[in-house]
Amino acid sequence: MQTGIGSIAYLAASVLFILSLRGLSHPSTARRGNLYGVAGMAIAIVTTLWLNGGEALPAVAALMAIGIAGGAILARRVEMTQMPQLVAALHSFVGLAAVLVAIASYLSPAAGAESDSAAQSVHNVEIYLGVFIGAVTFTGSIAAFLKLQGVVGGKPLLLPMRHTLNLVGVFACIALGYVFLTAPDADVGISSLLTMTVIAALIGVHLVMAIGGADMPVVVSMLNSYSGWAAAATGFMLSNDLLIVTGALVGSSGAILSYIMCRAMNRKFLSVILGGFGTATSTASKTIEGEVAPVTVDEVGSLLRDASEVVIVPGYGMAVAQAQATISEITKKLRSKGVNVRFGIHPVAGRLPGHMNVLLAEAKVPYDIVLEMDEINDDFSNTDVVLVIGANDIVNPGALEDPGSPIAGMPVLEVWKARTVVVSKRSMAAGYAGVDNPLFYKENTRMLFGDAKGSVDALLSHLGA
Amino acid sequence: MLASRMQARATEELKPSIGNLVMPMMIAVPRERFPGERRVALTPEVVGHLLKLGFEVSVEAGAGELAAFSDDAYRAAGARIVENAPSLYADAHIVVKVRAPSIAPVGDEVELLREGSTLISFIWPAQNEALLTRLSARNVTVLAMDCVPRISRAQKLDALSSMANMAGYRAVIEAAHQFGRGFMGQITAAGKIAPAKVMVIGAGVAGLAAIGAARSLGAIVRAFDTRPEVRQQVESMGAEFLELDYVEDGSGSGGYAKEMSAEFIAAEMALFAAQAKDVDVIVTTALIPGKPAPKLITADMVRSMRQGSVIVDMAAEQGGNCELTRPGEAASIEGVTIVGYTDLPSRMATQSSQLYGTNLRHLLTDLTPQKNGEITLDTDDEVMRGVTVVLRGEVKWPPPKKPEPAIAPPAAAKPAATIAVTIEQKRRAGWIGVAGLVIAAALLAALGAVAPPAFVAHFTVFVLAIFVGFQVVWNVTPALHTPLMSVTNAVSGIIVTGALLQVGTPDHLVAILAGLAILVATINIAGGFLVTQRMLNMFQR
Repeated sequence: MQTGIGSIAYLAASVLFILSLRGLSHPSTARRGNLYGVAGMAIAIVTTLWLNGGEALPAVAALMAIGIAGGAILARRVEMTQMPQLVAALHSFVGLAAVLVAIASYLSPAAGAESDSAAQSVHNVEIYLGVFIGAVTFTGSIAAFLKLQGVVGGKPLLLPMRHTLNLVGVFACIALGYVFLTAPDADVGISSLLTMTVIAALIGVHLVMAIGGADMPVVVSMLNSYSGWAAAATGFMLSNDLLIVTGALVGSSGAILSYIMCRAMNRKFLSVILGGFGTATSTASKTIEGEVAPVTVDEVGSLLRDASEVVIVPGYGMAVAQAQATISEITKKLRSKGVNVRFGIHPVAGRLPGHMNVLLAEAKVPYDIVLEMDEINDDFSNTDVVLVIGANDIVNPGALEDPGSPIAGMPVLEVWKARTVVVSKRSMAAGYAGVDNPLFYKENTRMLFGDAKGSVDALLSHLGA
Repeated sequence: MLASRMQARATEELKPSIGNLVMPMMIAVPRERFPGERRVALTPEVVGHLLKLGFEVSVEAGAGELAAFSDDAYRAAGARIVENAPSLYADAHIVVKVRAPSIAPVGDEVELLREGSTLISFIWPAQNEALLTRLSARNVTVLAMDCVPRISRAQKLDALSSMANMAGYRAVIEAAHQFGRGFMGQITAAGKIAPAKVMVIGAGVAGLAAIGAARSLGAIVRAFDTRPEVRQQVESMGAEFLELDYVEDGSGSGGYAKEMSAEFIAAEMALFAAQAKDVDVIVTTALIPGKPAPKLITADMVRSMRQGSVIVDMAAEQGGNCELTRPGEAASIEGVTIVGYTDLPSRMATQSSQLYGTNLRHLLTDLTPQKNGEITLDTDDEVMRGVTVVLRGEVKWPPPKKPEPAIAPPAAAKPAATIAVTIEQKRRAGWIGVAGLVIAAALLAALGAVAPPAFVAHFTVFVLAIFVGFQVVWNVTPALHTPLMSVTNAVSGIIVTGALLQVGTPDHLVAILAGLAILVATINIAGGFLVTQRMLNMFQR
């Protein structure tokens, strides 16, 4: 009877997780969706404890209390601009947990209980896969975290023969897998398993290090997907349908997000994952001629005041400079003066899918004036002033005009069609993709040099005066 | 496809050149000949923009007079004034007009068109077959402003919407003019003024403009439409949306309504009959493309209205929504004034001309990507293909139907039909897909043959869950990608249950590994959910 109730409770948890993802598809239902997720998780944990509690219960409770406290502190302390790092770090935890659970499952005395030899080898394959995916997720996420945190540079690390290296790693893992499956005793088994873990870990690091900073949104959602597959593999290993369902849900949702991101950049998923942005193409692109026209804060202020249609295009620079609150104030000021201010968000602006939306929401910008690229691209020709803050590659006309550009073919926000474009930028340095931007040399472009935060602060006080 | 590419440069042979020097194309603006028409195709402001695109513009003397644009204003904007129509047409490469060119006896404008030139105006090809034949015989290219596809990219060209907007506004002004009372409710020293009640039937562009105008005059406005999705738009304009007890969706293609079932119409008529007794003003805008306007207001309903009430029938030109409408005039019938003017946009000539001229300018801008005063007609473009009704003497109307992005019928139901409509490439891609599915099925079958039954059961669950995940996540709004990611991340902390299953074992090493897994997974769960909640709390309208 106990297992029957347990199964039903697991079913309830699975349904709640599905409802949770469903709810997250729209802002008005998103909060409820999150609560469904919490409820599903609570049911799953309580049920599992009830079924398998035993004498370890106090220790488990203590560990979980520590974990919850740790998680809560993390969640409270984190700045919204550090969200990508946090998500990456959390993915690494899932990967680590998957590795630990899989190894524990192999070592556990119950493992030998499988009577059928076919069932035993299937079980071993599941363990092996679980460890592999988990290890790649774990170290890949750590590498992503370090990159996003800025500890490691954003430039892709391109070792010679990197594809060969990856292939050698994968083949080594497959060979070790054969050793593992045919291992005569547990010692050989565990040593081959651990060796494979190390190799998989190296593959994870290498995969992520080879990917450029501009592709980080894809990497983070890809790791999200991996963490789901790791959970699903664990589910197979433990014959637990709840884990399988949930892992598959997370895995497929992460895969979709990666796909959406890749489509937004007009790039093939494989070429992003196998790394290297603009490695072979940089020679072919045109050199740009023309003059850059700088502009002062006062001039920008009067431009904005006289405009009737303004579009603000934020990029990662806004996040770095923490300028979103000031921009929100400027928006409010201009809207109260009757200026129609809207935001144009490129799908891969920032370092995480939807990163800009979260920052603007934090700064209390109403979400119905924050528009996607497809919604706003046609309106630029009727726009008086476009304010580009800390964005570069996503407004690069070279993507459409210069077939030799490394970002050729990537859909971009066509800001140059507006009457005037003001670009707030620290210097003339190239963006993450390392591509020069012809936008800065266009006739209707004005450059507002300086730190994004300083510039917008000055702009706000000018508008207030 | 190939044929349209070959015809892409519609006016190429007409390109005037002296030696290697390319002369800019001449845009001609004739005076509208249609009786009572006050609008003009281009305003002086638009002329200025067109000159910047490299065109030359000539305007017939007095063309803008009735719309309050003097010849001097055109001259100041840089246009040439030409005294009479024949000499205007003789030099023109492009003729822009408002009304479709008249055929005899009003004075034949088609005859004036130079061979090989391009005409841009309203054409109404469905109603004017004779005109279309005449035009094709003249070997000209004709772009119809009334055939702009209703897609968001083409909104800036959509002259029908601009005109409907003006007409809706003017309809309410005409009603206020005929109505013996004020629209705004007031309490004055001389007594109370009750606010007027206005019912608007059809909430398209014209209907919404009428709602807005009536609301800003202070009236109480109710609106009805067969398409339930416009409810929000109606309410956003400040009107009350009238509802039927009967449920049927009236959305047809291209943003127009379709014809409804008999039961629906009965319920609708009952609603109108009840409203007619209550309201002071009715504005009707109901049109069904290619059909006479539906009769919605019967003679009995008109009689049941209060004395002094007004009906403005904006569908008068298509026969009228009211049985008693006399197209073109305002008539008092049994104490109710029925306005059937068919020239409402023309009654706002200055504003309408300006909007129409801007629509024309956008079309000409799209036709002139080089900004060199020479138009290039890309008939592969959906918008350009839609407006082209005659291409160098060849009738191109109606444009080929684009397959509606409708919900695909279940594949099993009619596979033959589905395959028939797919083009060659898609078919090949489809076969590759089918081949892939077959291979995958074979592999899975092989797996099922050797794997233990328990594994197969789990695998079933796994595959189904992947599909559920795809379905659920596919339509997520991009704004929520980050919260979605952090919630799925928290959910993937479900791996903690795996650790919980193992932690009770007597083996110490296993217990320690499982304990560690519990710790990190819990951090993940708590952190993920809390940070999601924090983010979501920030999303506000």
